[in-house]
Amino acid sequence: MKAFRYHRPADVAEAVAVLAAEPQAAYLGGGTNLVDLMKLGVQRPDVLVDVTRLPLDTVEELPDGGLRIGATVRNSDLAAHPAVRRDYPVLARALLAAASGQLRNMATTGGNLLQRTRCVYYQDTSKACNKREPGSGCAALHGQNRDLAVLDWSEQCVATHPSDLAVALAALDTVVEVHDADGPRDIPIAEFYRSPGTHPERETTLARGALITAVRLPPLPAARRSTYLKVRDRASFAFAAGSVAAMLDLDGDVVRDVRLAYGAVAHRPWRAYRAEEELRGRPFSPELAARAADAELAEARPLRHNGFKLPLTRAITVRALTELASS
Amino acid sequence: MSTGAVGRAYPRLEGPAKVTGTARYAVEYPVDGVTYGWAVPSAVVRGRITRIDTTEALASPGVLAVVHHGNAPRMAPGPQPELRLLQEPAVHYRGQYVAVVVATSLEAAREGARLVRIDYDTGPHSTVLTDDHPGLYKPDQVNPSYPTDTAEGDFDAGYAAAPVRVDVTYRTPAYHNNPMEPHATTAQWHDGQLLVQDSTQGATPVRATLAELFELPPESIRVVAEHVGGGFGSKGYAKASVVLAALAARHVDRPVKLALTRQQLFGPVGYRTPTIQRVRLAADTDGRLTAICHDAISQTSTIREFAEQTAVYTRSMYAAPHRRTTHRLVRLDVPTPFWMRAPGECPGAYALESAVDELAIALGMDPVELRIRNDTDVDPDQGRPFTSRNLVACLREGAQRFGWAGRDPSPRSRRDGRWLIGTGVAGSSYPARARPSTATATARPDGTFLVQINATDIGTGARTAIWQVAADALGVPPERVEIRIGDSALPTAPLAGGSMGTASWSWAVIRAAQTLREKLRDGGPPTGEVTAEADTTEEVGGQPAVPRYAYGAQFIEVRVDADTGEVRLNRMLGVFAAGRVVNPTTARSQLIGGMTMGLSMALHEEGLLDERYGDWVNHDLATYHITGCADVESIEAYWLDERDDELNPAGVKGVGEIGIVGAAAAVANAVHHATGVRIRELPIRLDKLIGVSGLA
Repeated sequence: MKAFRYHRPADVAEAVAVLAAEPQAAYLGGGTNLVDLMKLGVQRPDVLVDVTRLPLDTVEELPDGGLRIGATVRNSDLAAHPAVRRDYPVLARALLAAASGQLRNMATTGGNLLQRTRCVYYQDTSKACNKREPGSGCAALHGQNRDLAVLDWSEQCVATHPSDLAVALAALDTVVEVHDADGPRDIPIAEFYRSPGTHPERETTLARGALITAVRLPPLPAARRSTYLKVRDRASFAFAAGSVAAMLDLDGDVVRDVRLAYGAVAHRPWRAYRAEEELRGRPFSPELAARAADAELAEARPLRHNGFKLPLTRAITVRALTELASS
Repeated sequence: MSTGAVGRAYPRLEGPAKVTGTARYAVEYPVDGVTYGWAVPSAVVRGRITRIDTTEALASPGVLAVVHHGNAPRMAPGPQPELRLLQEPAVHYRGQYVAVVVATSLEAAREGARLVRIDYDTGPHSTVLTDDHPGLYKPDQVNPSYPTDTAEGDFDAGYAAAPVRVDVTYRTPAYHNNPMEPHATTAQWHDGQLLVQDSTQGATPVRATLAELFELPPESIRVVAEHVGGGFGSKGYAKASVVLAALAARHVDRPVKLALTRQQLFGPVGYRTPTIQRVRLAADTDGRLTAICHDAISQTSTIREFAEQTAVYTRSMYAAPHRRTTHRLVRLDVPTPFWMRAPGECPGAYALESAVDELAIALGMDPVELRIRNDTDVDPDQGRPFTSRNLVACLREGAQRFGWAGRDPSPRSRRDGRWLIGTGVAGSSYPARARPSTATATARPDGTFLVQINATDIGTGARTAIWQVAADALGVPPERVEIRIGDSALPTAPLAGGSMGTASWSWAVIRAAQTLREKLRDGGPPTGEVTAEADTTEEVGGQPAVPRYAYGAQFIEVRVDADTGEVRLNRMLGVFAAGRVVNPTTARSQLIGGMTMGLSMALHEEGLLDERYGDWVNHDLATYHITGCADVESIEAYWLDERDDELNPAGVKGVGEIGIVGAAAAVANAVHHATGVRIRELPIRLDKLIGVSGLA
């Protein structure tokens, strides 16, 4: 594999400065994804800037009732945090549905958001992939695409985003706090991820060299009634075949507020705005939940091997919301 | 005088060394001046290398050499053409190793491999097995040496005349061996002598192959395989890693360590062929089988024929007057398929034991009872009585332990909330073979004994089992016996495979021990070392050719999510009749390991081939799913106290493979019972169930 240098910055400003000066530098969090990709030659950084010693490892309860989660908080610590478990169960469940105990002990919050797709063609340098090598083509479009997108894909890329955590964060209207050469700024998660379009190699709206320093959850009392359902091909240690992050706030039986986001269906964690719209203000029923899912999936374009994701996503939407409604 | 060591649950002798990290595997030996090899796979399916540009690779820091067909040491032609690597520009399948980069570090070798530029002329390729492939042909025999087709009675007439029939076709995908330790080798040449530490199931056959390829007398080669991290058949003979390491070491005149990556295990080391199996069963209304036909199609490569004996299981399992089995092959532009735990029996039993379940439903008969009704004391294939056949006893004991009685046979008859619950059963059998072996036993003046045999412990507990057998044969407490295995310098022995290791090795060890005891009969401890040798070639060869089989019964309970189609195992229980059990701890481990691998076959594993690339694209353990611990909520293995004096002196039948046979069928049968949906193409995943109307 390619030789690389290792740098441990003293603070965020230094980390960002190294990235600005080194065109082939990459931040190293838990390394659970990047190191694998480096071995495979998919990622070939010159410099690894290890951000895990930066003081970004705390979970802070904010005065407004929200929560700021430092970028280097480990997935397992975050899932076990009392405020997360109490106020945002969807987040704890998404975290615990992901990977394995060993990986969760390593993986960081910021790194989790920037995981690369597990599309098999992306991970194999002997095959065409526009995301890995712009202009080389998309082998997945007419290849083995059972795990890939049904929504919002392009001829250039049919990859899905692999993170469970990001799906929960999308449902919660999280703000991503980043630090780049111009200093700190906020990016709402709805604007954080990109559709693949003609540039699938650009996965987020982060400026090159920007460092995620934290994610901020807004106060959302209704999120105490929230959940994450993940369906996978084996009981543990598998990416989602389908997943849903859901929050339901009822006034009697009428939907006062609802948040829905899907995993495993698109290039980004898929916030289901249409489904939410369908649900809001109506008396809840499983049939309504099914109609809402259908509305969201109306524009889906399944590939050759992944048509099952539509009934699957519909089924888990109904289940998640029905469980929340009766809880 | 037996000391009662056989039958006791001794922990593995090498357990402390393994858990403390001191047990050495093939590339863990410290070697002065060692270098590292990295195999370069072909990026095309079929073609010819027109040019190799090594300039950039050789300029990369640490790279010592790029070995390829243009500069590699020459090897002799041999019976295993896929091992004549780096000898010619032809490429026969994607992933064929076409170069080795040797460097001073593993990382430098890997980077060098990326920089080797290879141009190819390519031709059209065919990599997908179909039942109408124009290349279908009838091989001369099937693995290892069974007749290709068999027929007795008049199947067509018998089938046509029967009142109850099933005609069903099952498909299984490519399955890939993934032992924890990949194929790996350290190779060193000294004055024309070759020493390799190799991850193999048999150091003796590896030595023979290397001797042939490098045209050396076997005495010039030593193959050490002291600890091996699994094999499942894929390390049954010499594989690419040992050949490439030896070639590279000779080329650079330095020791070379070469380990394949996880990704490189998918194909070139052998895999279980995909199969297409048509099974036709006919019975009278009482459930007595009248006609059985099993037609199996599988693939091989263009460079070597490997014919999986898929339908052989059906020849001896159940009796019927009219029987036929056939095997057809297609030569595809793929790596050569090879052994994977119970080759033949495993995929064949999936099809036959599924079809028997379908027949039971057609008859309205309990599937345990149907199997019992078609039991036979005489091997339908050979026409001779089995030395022992305890299939019925396994079925009965399994049914009792599992709680089968009172089962409502109607599909979808049990539900627990969103979960549909179902149970399934399958029979299981595997041949009990033995091969000739040699061994020595030595008495030392201090009252201890040394037993030497080139057996291999691939993680099964073989070392411990032979040690127990040796102690009883010597009539001394096992603490006084030292055992040495895993080295071609030791007495020659067959490989660990075919569930025949313990039978074959024990035989020679027992004979050596008996001879030694005769030598020592008249005195106390000897004043010097006294050694006895044994060679069982004549005795094994002189055994009457009678049918010897282990049997089993697999019982499974699954739950299927009515909304999502997810299939989860509630419990699996197997009862086996496998002769004498030498060590209950390691035998149980083998049995539940096999059963788990069968579950994995049923629900999880599938090599996904991309026809355009001629390559399995899910070539790592993140994307090629195997069953994990969380998938096995409850597993139990039991065995009958079986004594069979027509087997071998140790009385064992072997437990390495019987556990996987039938397990996948029992899962598929349970899924049908739960859902009413019969999935005839493995694996049974949620996408095949969720689309089925009426599941919920």
